[in-house]
Amino acid sequence: MSDSTPSSPHCGETPLLQTIGLTKRYGSFLANDAIDIDVFPEEIHALLGENGAGKSTLVKAIYGLIQPSEGEMRWMGHKMVLSGPSEARGRGIAMVFQHFSLFDNLTVAENVALGLDGKESFKDMSARLEQVSRVYGLPLDPRREVWQLSVGERQRIEIVRALMQNPKFLILDEPTAVLTPQEADQLFIVLERLKAEGRAILYISHKLEEVKRLCDTATILRGGKKVASCNPKAETAASLARMMVGTEIKQVKAATQRKVTVPRLVVNDLCLEPDDPHGVRLQNISLELRGGEILGIAGVAGNGQDEFFAALSGERLARDPGTVVIEGIAAGHLSITQRRKLGAAFVPEERLGHGTAPRMRLSENALLTGHAASGMVKRGFVDTAVTLSTVDRATATFDVRKAKRDPEAASLSGGNLQKFVVGREILRNPAVLVVSQPTWGVDAGAAAVIRQALLDLAAGGAAVLVTSQDLDELAEITDRIAVMFHGRLSVALPTAEATREKLGLLMGGSSLDQKEAAHAARA
Amino acid sequence: MQLVLEKRAERSNTIALVSPLIAIGMTIVTMSILFAVLGKNPLLALGVYFVDPLTDSYSLQEIAVKATPLVMIAVGLSLCYLANAWNIGAEGQFLIGAVAGSWIAVKTQGTDAGAWVLPAMLLLGAAAGALYAMIPALCKVKFGASEILTSLMLVYVADLFLDYLVRGPWRDPHGFNFPTTAEFDPVATVPVLIEGGRLHLGAIIALAVVAAATVLLGRTIKGFEIRVVGAAPRAARFGGFNANQLIVLTFAVSGALAGLAGIIEVAGPIGHLQPGISPGYGFTAIIVAFLGRLNPIGILIAGLFLALTFIGGEQAQIAMKIPLDVTKVFQGILLFYVLACDSLILYRFRLISSTRQVA
Repeated sequence: MSDSTPSSPHCGETPLLQTIGLTKRYGSFLANDAIDIDVFPEEIHALLGENGAGKSTLVKAIYGLIQPSEGEMRWMGHKMVLSGPSEARGRGIAMVFQHFSLFDNLTVAENVALGLDGKESFKDMSARLEQVSRVYGLPLDPRREVWQLSVGERQRIEIVRALMQNPKFLILDEPTAVLTPQEADQLFIVLERLKAEGRAILYISHKLEEVKRLCDTATILRGGKKVASCNPKAETAASLARMMVGTEIKQVKAATQRKVTVPRLVVNDLCLEPDDPHGVRLQNISLELRGGEILGIAGVAGNGQDEFFAALSGERLARDPGTVVIEGIAAGHLSITQRRKLGAAFVPEERLGHGTAPRMRLSENALLTGHAASGMVKRGFVDTAVTLSTVDRATATFDVRKAKRDPEAASLSGGNLQKFVVGREILRNPAVLVVSQPTWGVDAGAAAVIRQALLDLAAGGAAVLVTSQDLDELAEITDRIAVMFHGRLSVALPTAEATREKLGLLMGGSSLDQKEAAHAARA
Repeated sequence: MQLVLEKRAERSNTIALVSPLIAIGMTIVTMSILFAVLGKNPLLALGVYFVDPLTDSYSLQEIAVKATPLVMIAVGLSLCYLANAWNIGAEGQFLIGAVAGSWIAVKTQGTDAGAWVLPAMLLLGAAAGALYAMIPALCKVKFGASEILTSLMLVYVADLFLDYLVRGPWRDPHGFNFPTTAEFDPVATVPVLIEGGRLHLGAIIALAVVAAATVLLGRTIKGFEIRVVGAAPRAARFGGFNANQLIVLTFAVSGALAGLAGIIEVAGPIGHLQPGISPGYGFTAIIVAFLGRLNPIGILIAGLFLALTFIGGEQAQIAMKIPLDVTKVFQGILLFYVLACDSLILYRFRLISSTRQVA
């Protein structure tokens, strides 16, 4: 395809960064196939594509993490060969990764110090860190240890760390995946400001609306190849999606009328002290979820969602059994295995390490949550025929793509592993499904499959509780939405009435006015 | 050119099998250098160590006798290590098992107690080993004390307790003041398999332990629980498995196996209780467990190999005046290489050129 159109505003200008025929080969697999892009100063350049389209490979080459197999890169018109990321940073290239590269046991300031090449003292650096984070509206306490922080806060560290290098060229890999609309808006203000300061930004995303809103140019990758370069503001979301996916994306379809039945999951005035001193205390959480219903929980990361998930799943036990009622049985004191036997199923936020054991096979990971109630274990012995057939059924029903029949969990792509983790639970036909961030970092195709599966499960009579930071997702699949803030849960608004503004207010901690709350409670 | 360690997408099963062999090869190279430095002919020394013991039936039996406690202890330890519980104190559990079992032998000495004596000794030995191992496990679970330290320190407690008994209350009155009990009665002795030979019933028990552990780890939900708690603790908790219970359980099982090995050793090849009943079996078994890839079958092979180094070391001392401590040096170097080679299972070396970019 052609590069920038003849009417490009950058006619005759030298790009800040240019790749020419950049190719990266892994064995016989072409991760990047002869990609040309030009990124100019004072430009926000989107790199659009599905998971596995080659976006990450391309930016890793630009950041010096991998060596291209063929082709070249030019920096301000001169040929650039990078031996590693520190050389890239030396030239003014900074990157914010999708998967955070932070040391859990170190503080925010220590992590930032590790990523900087400068010689300034730790004290000066900490002061500068606080200043940068304040100036750009990304509040951070430099003394907190990373393991205590939420996903959103961890990303803030990565962004501030990149900004502290005062980069000419900033790469952001799916930065809004974990942010609230307000947080994303905040980030866009930061990015617009960086652009106005003359910097170039390479913005990786598959969220089309935000690319249309924010970016000046978009390069679209598919299957390792560049398929187009365009001005996203002149395109529609649908036309961008078509270029990205190659076909039309299937829209999820809700059953026209779901029958709402009996309460299947009830939470009564749940209060729980956090395990760790910096965790969130859950305060007086109550909700009632009936069969056939999907309830969404919105909220900024780190407001008690993790703690609430642990309390619902039984990874943390409540003192009073009546606080969590599953299928009419007080379960607050029951273990996760006993809750599964009552018909509950759980999908945690982290796929690797929490939802699955990364270095174990899928069949073993099917056993991980299925051993209590799926006929997988007979008199203490594991029936591998049953665990393998679970893998096969999940593969077939949810289109899990993998290299062999029963690979290790870690070898699957994020989207495919998530389809397996959700599929594994849905195949058990749960009465209650509690799922956290069902489509975090998952490509559009896989996300549609997962959302459809949740809708179908509810249509079949199950109660589904979805915690998500993606408001579009909640709007698409839920019946009601409640917001979690500082360990408290708001009343649930009917999704049709839950505007972004209302949810945004609740997410920021303000309450809706009394009349409205009363109205919402009646509904 | 640059040598980098690159993470593999999947663990390499080939390397998992080959890595112990690479480690043994590198150990032999290092040992050859050491022999040369000691002024011995390396080829000759290696021959005495690894080939001579395999050439006569007495040595072959002796290898099996030495491998018996190593394999039994190492199988137990592998369960702990798979579950991320670090029992370093098998030596102490071995000694306590020997002491507890011997108590029955000493108390029934010279009476007409019947065939129940030996089974009772084995049971008591195993039970004592299990209880002794549960001390560090419970300290870990209740108070967060490092099980590595506490289990190791209890080795010396057991060692000195044994010493006290055989020098004091249990000393053989007709033993010329040597610190030892009287020879056990026949009903308190583990029977030999071949008349006049040294190979005893313990070898069969060790094989049964290997078989049981293979089934446990490969086929049962408990075995899966052990592996998943060690491999992914958070996922294990999500799966509904309790890591603390498992620490206590695996410590108890490995303590029982070490205690059983201890009483079998005393009631078998040695025949009485005395200090120095173990040439460090409990510690060498740690090497056996890792060399055997924490896999029961692998442990069986590794146990035989390490037993060979004990026999070879004795022969080298006699034939070439190489100090017996060289055997311990050998075992230490071997463990070092085994752990180092293990990184190749999850990583691979790759040569990359730092200048290549245009083809």
